[in-house]
Amino acid sequence: MEQFLINPDCMVYDNHPVTLTGEPYHYCPGCGHGVIHKVLMEVVRDLGIQEEVIGVAPVGCSVFAYHYMNVDMQEAAHGRASAVATAIKRVRPQNYVFSYQGDGDLAAIGTAETIHTVNRGENILMVFVNNAIYGMTGGQMAPTSLLGMKTSTSPYGRDAASMGNPIKITELLAQLPGAYYVARHAVHTPNAVRKLSKAFKNAFEYQKLNRGTCFIEVVSNCPSGWKMSPVQSIDWIEKNMLPMFPLGDIKVPDPKTGNPVMVKNN
Amino acid sequence: MAIKGTIIIDTELCKGCELCVLACPQKGLVLSDKINLKGYRVVELYMDNCTGCVNCALVCPDSAITVYREKKAQAV
Repeated sequence: MEQFLINPDCMVYDNHPVTLTGEPYHYCPGCGHGVIHKVLMEVVRDLGIQEEVIGVAPVGCSVFAYHYMNVDMQEAAHGRASAVATAIKRVRPQNYVFSYQGDGDLAAIGTAETIHTVNRGENILMVFVNNAIYGMTGGQMAPTSLLGMKTSTSPYGRDAASMGNPIKITELLAQLPGAYYVARHAVHTPNAVRKLSKAFKNAFEYQKLNRGTCFIEVVSNCPSGWKMSPVQSIDWIEKNMLPMFPLGDIKVPDPKTGNPVMVKNN
Repeated sequence: MAIKGTIIIDTELCKGCELCVLACPQKGLVLSDKINLKGYRVVELYMDNCTGCVNCALVCPDSAITVYREKKAQAV
């Protein structure tokens, strides 16, 4: 099929950027982690900063992120990726530092580290993958699980009276003066992925300015934890996750003054 | 004349999640009956209407898709 097109000159999308190691992902079919790894590393390739980036891997499904990302990586204890990233950035301020965490890691066990890292305005990029469930341990309820959502530890659905409400940690962190750029994106459609790519690019560029923490939440899917097919999970994101976690910028630097300002939604 | 493109799917990386099938605006992809070494049914391009829009490759969680598109100079 179209053999004449298959040559390097006509290649418009390379599935193996130099910033990925090329090892097959261990993630379940349809998992958003693969897309986020790929987009993040494509941005690193496009900016030409592969040698200057240091990543911090979390505990959770993406614990083996350092097997896939072909940049310098450091594993952190559960929930402490932002604290480790703080240390790395302070010792090596010339490097770009990012932490990559899931919702169980960043919003549950690592809440204190997360909030204080952003409050100190550490000059790092924090990537927060929100799939509303604990994927690796078998689909238990996460702080971000939606009300009424059935998980293995909330089999009758999440009840606000006994289990609390889903935490919108991104909105919470945007209130802090140390946050410079806060946005929420998703990976469920090609256009959402394109927007995510732009957000990562902005975040790495803001890191040069040394003004504060960049925090990007990515609404992702977990077909295995949600007990549905990958295609159904995309539909479920749109119907259930996005009304609770609306996409878009939450805090952006003002183009004139460069000071971060909250974006007024609706 | 529509822009011509094509894709190559690395069948050993494909896990048959069908997210590319959902994302393809031309509806040119389908889950085939072929099975790869890991035991997943893999996706294949079965229609000759690919425009090289890159949508399938962007949403592929396993980086299995490479996209080729003819250059504008070559278009008639």
